[in-house]
Amino acid sequence: MSPVVEACALEKRYADFVAVAGIDFQIAPGECFGFLGPNGAGKTSTMRMLQSVSLPSAGTLRVLGMDPRHDGKRIRTRLGVCPQADNLDPDLPVIDNLLVYGSYFPQARAVTARRADELLEFVALGDKKNHAIPELSGGMKRRLVIARALINEPELLLLDEPTTGLDPQARHLIWTKLRELRARGVTMVLTTHYMDEAERLCDRLVIMDGGKILAQDSPRALIDAHVGQEVFELGASAAEARDFLAGLDLCGASHEHTGDLLAVFLSAKHQLSERLIERARGAGSRYLLRNATLEDVFLKLTGRELDE
Amino acid sequence: MTASTSFLHGAARVAGRNLTVWRRYAAASALGNFGEPLLYLIALGYGLGRVVPPIDGLSYAEFLAPALIVSTVMYTATFEGTFGAYTRLTTQGTFEAILATPVTISEIVTGEILWGGLKSAFGATVVLVVVRAFGLVPSWLALGVLPLGFLAGAMFYAMALCMTALSKSYEFFNYYFTLLVAPMYLFSGVFFPLEGAPPWAHRLAQVLPLTHVVAVSRALVRGQPSWHTVGHAAVVLGCAAAAMALAARLLRRRLQI
Repeated sequence: MSPVVEACALEKRYADFVAVAGIDFQIAPGECFGFLGPNGAGKTSTMRMLQSVSLPSAGTLRVLGMDPRHDGKRIRTRLGVCPQADNLDPDLPVIDNLLVYGSYFPQARAVTARRADELLEFVALGDKKNHAIPELSGGMKRRLVIARALINEPELLLLDEPTTGLDPQARHLIWTKLRELRARGVTMVLTTHYMDEAERLCDRLVIMDGGKILAQDSPRALIDAHVGQEVFELGASAAEARDFLAGLDLCGASHEHTGDLLAVFLSAKHQLSERLIERARGAGSRYLLRNATLEDVFLKLTGRELDE
Repeated sequence: MTASTSFLHGAARVAGRNLTVWRRYAAASALGNFGEPLLYLIALGYGLGRVVPPIDGLSYAEFLAPALIVSTVMYTATFEGTFGAYTRLTTQGTFEAILATPVTISEIVTGEILWGGLKSAFGATVVLVVVRAFGLVPSWLALGVLPLGFLAGAMFYAMALCMTALSKSYEFFNYYFTLLVAPMYLFSGVFFPLEGAPPWAHRLAQVLPLTHVVAVSRALVRGQPSWHTVGHAAVVLGCAAAAMALAARLLRRRLQI
């Protein structure tokens, strides 16, 4: 099957800075593909190019087999967009938000009306049809935005930080809905700051920083390749960390010290964890042995310092 | 569903969105269109009018009525094109939401201006009914103020949209209202005849678009159109076209980040 999205040496330059500095990726049909990166990494610029609203400055981009430079209108007809900021229409009640949005697409009014009812049920807002938008909670608004993005039965769904600012219950409900959509074969592209979200939802993802792609793979493969299986953390100043590691054979495991924390990245082959724990106990230090996560990969690749 | 929408479909849906919202506040909107000109008509037309000598054989209320119809058009279109459109552009993110659909920037601009024309034509209709009730509409040609209201409304809306595209805050509109809209209201022949004014004032009035709209409205309501009326209408049409082109250009620049 041909890819749903194909980007080659894709660039987006603005007057005074480069937002996307030549990236390559392909998204297969039915895949959930993630863009991770700190603020200013180029995620949203990439999303806006996929949306065919902002045009590439250089490189090639094909969305649903079409060129955004010429076929923006036709691409957007088959696209669903869930933007970062809730831009629901506060002047209209819940149901009219879907009906009016649906009217922008070339589909019969009756089809839109039927889908609007189905989608409100799907996102568990069936009993809120005539409510005003300001009455909805943050989670309800986000679910309504997702329902709105689905009004034209899109083949490709773009989600820009779909759960930012939501409480855990609201996030889990949205994840459930997104997994249901993935099971139905809807191709999804999402950006997120939440590593657990990316780990749960994405089949494959890229980590971006400074407009470039730093790594690209499945979450598991990225963790294995860049971090390992487990992370041993020790509360220790720089001097304490040096003492702790002195005379210890790490068998090639990498380690990192930041602030007051020493982290040792472990794979099964290192068989180090017991020795590390013993040593920490002996020294009476605080320690933690935990599974490696995507967050470790992210911080390792993009750095721990705030870059703002 | 691979067909894409046509330009007109997109523009009509953008206007339709605003119409859907407006229907919810139609009563309040109509009251504004109805109440304010009524108050002006009573206070100025009949109050002040008692001490004003006839103008070209017309009572002051008769002189004032056709102009009140189109000054309502100007204010309706200007408020909607500044505060209304700016809210849709910025705080509500309405335009950005629409841009994620097949609707394009040009269609948004066209649909918005279409909406400005329609809302203004509605305002003109309400005022026409009011002044007709006072017996101030002698000619059936007065129905021509409805298409005139649409055209002038589209022009004033497009002018306001230019300001909206340039604005960084609501306060910015104070410049527009104080430096252009208010002078237009006062010096375009709404309240006093331009004939007999000093030549410089007369010339100045000719660059204000409302002057020409007032001239056409007065000719239609009195049922006395002439070649001058056609000339004035042509100026309105030209200004409308220029304002629309500029609005489209400025808003495209603002939205295409």
